[in-house]
Amino acid sequence: MHTKEFLAGTYKTLLTIRLFETRAIQLYRQGLVRGYFHPYLGEEAIGTGVCAALKPRDYIVSTHRGHGHCIARGAEIGKMFAELFGRATGYCAGRGGSMHIADVTAGNLGANGIVGGGISLGVGAALGTSIRGEDQVTAVFLSDGASNNGVFCESMNLAAIWNLPLILVIENNQYAVSTPIEQSTREPELYKRGPAYGVTSSTVDGNHVLEVYERACEAVSQCRAGKGPVLMEAKTYRHAGHHVNDPGLYMPKESLEYYKSKDPVVLGRKLLIEEGGAAQEEAKAIETAVEQEVEAAVEFAKRSPEPSVEEFLESIEACQ
Amino acid sequence: MSTSTLESVPSLPQTGNSQDTRILKYSEALNEALREEMRRDPTVFLMGEGIAERGGIWKVTENLMQEFGAKRVRDTPIAEASFTGAGVGAAITGMRPVVEIMFVDFAMLAMDPIVNQAAKYHLMTGGLGRVPLVVRTQGGSGTTIAAQHSQSLEALFYHIPGLKVAMPSTPYDAKGLLKSAIRDDAPVIFIEHKLLYTTTGEVPSAEYLIPLGEADIKRPGRDVTLIAWSNMVPRSLAAAEKLAGEGIEVEVVDPRTLVPLDKQRILESVCKTQHVVIVQEAVRRGGVASDIASIIQEEAFDYLDAPIEIVAGKNTPIPFNMKLESACVPREEDIVRALKRAVYAG
Repeated sequence: MHTKEFLAGTYKTLLTIRLFETRAIQLYRQGLVRGYFHPYLGEEAIGTGVCAALKPRDYIVSTHRGHGHCIARGAEIGKMFAELFGRATGYCAGRGGSMHIADVTAGNLGANGIVGGGISLGVGAALGTSIRGEDQVTAVFLSDGASNNGVFCESMNLAAIWNLPLILVIENNQYAVSTPIEQSTREPELYKRGPAYGVTSSTVDGNHVLEVYERACEAVSQCRAGKGPVLMEAKTYRHAGHHVNDPGLYMPKESLEYYKSKDPVVLGRKLLIEEGGAAQEEAKAIETAVEQEVEAAVEFAKRSPEPSVEEFLESIEACQ
Repeated sequence: MSTSTLESVPSLPQTGNSQDTRILKYSEALNEALREEMRRDPTVFLMGEGIAERGGIWKVTENLMQEFGAKRVRDTPIAEASFTGAGVGAAITGMRPVVEIMFVDFAMLAMDPIVNQAAKYHLMTGGLGRVPLVVRTQGGSGTTIAAQHSQSLEALFYHIPGLKVAMPSTPYDAKGLLKSAIRDDAPVIFIEHKLLYTTTGEVPSAEYLIPLGEADIKRPGRDVTLIAWSNMVPRSLAAAEKLAGEGIEVEVVDPRTLVPLDKQRILESVCKTQHVVIVQEAVRRGGVASDIASIIQEEAFDYLDAPIEIVAGKNTPIPFNMKLESACVPREEDIVRALKRAVYAG
């Protein structure tokens, strides 16, 4: 059983991700957010559950669909909106944007514009930990699409031979951009690849925050005990297309309806009330608070200055 | 970011007279650089193929595992993309990895971690993230190992903003530059040359560093500036020696690092001699020599008395046969001819 406080915390995170993404999409339509933008809508429980199992000293490595990881890791959403707006106050001073959002001081090593590009970086973070003899854990989020890139196999092998404290979290949303998983791999149960490398592996309902959390806690314990890497596949589904301008017409209606009926945010609320014994008012209070936080964050970003072109050019002058 | 429990220990006390030198091989000088930096800083560690017990195929890491242990000197699988990426990940979390890629040709398997990750991380994180990574590798032709083991690929890395590129030509430079590369907070591609490992030269007994971005005049001269790096330096010095007998004094400038490039020292020499030859082993097309020529014509056009001569590799993959191979890269006589053309054209 989980405490009401814990369930309130996970619900708040799930909802913050949901409302951040929804609001950011509106702002994208208004032209305030530019560039590529891959929403985490429908996948909120994975980042939330995994990050809840980590300590502040641990590392995460994120993906192109990375806003949710950032929020679950405790980022300030004002600085996130500011980064999406390209403002000087953003996490990357407006130089990274959605696909490169990072919070290195908080151990979020960053999103990545290259599918699979972050996996080996996570291996390196875990390797450093291992050399220093510390007990930090690194969680790498990756997509089912990335699991078909060679570097995934290489990285799992390195983590295995070096017994690294690394958790590979496959967010299996069943599409690589627009290509369904059955067309990308003959064995769509991706966790089955782990045992071939001697890696503890399992699959979990990626829409159920507590199932994700509990499995992640087991993985963290194994890593901290020095028993090597873990592969964790979390099955889920996007609520829309690959990016904000992809209507996702190739996604069958029945599948979309099925997964929307298992909406991770709705489920998070249900868990708070049914398992946590919270009153409706308590859930509503969280909702009001998150809505206000999101609006305040948007205002902060809107008020934030653009980066100075002169300062930027000066900063790169030595490299010319 | 990581709060490392390991703290840097102070530099080793300098031993002996600062004038003391030994004759070391290029590979031994590199080995000494790694050893000193690993003693000085516990966050420095090495990984690569066959570099631990066996000391690497060029013997650069010989006996380092025995001194520093298997945690800090690691053999990797043949998996360049992931172990180079692991170097990037370790670097951004507080370590100073030195990754060995056995041949620069194999670095093509690791272009994503080098080009898309390491080179861009500092900018993409708004300046907060740093990547103190060294990728040691070696290139060049001359041992009849054919097209996939003989390339000179520095232009690929030179082209990518965010990377530094070092190409030492002597044991002295190799040691001083590698130590600086390890201490640098930016990713450095450190390209050695397979024909240089057994060459010898004087190396001081006392510790020293060579800053990245400082060219070295390998031979002073008044008539023509010859710019060359890596294995083209000894070949150019031989050509210069030959012409000295004919009364032509060649100034040989070795940039030592292509990024950052010591434009000032190059331009000073050009303004003095007013004639320029640039020699590179890499293929001519899209090469670093062309870019240096462009910088010179832009910044010192009025000083030039003759067109800039470029002596470069032929635009071809390197063939296996020894005679064919040597026909593809600049020979001493090619350099001599170019020097004469430059001097007598003016």
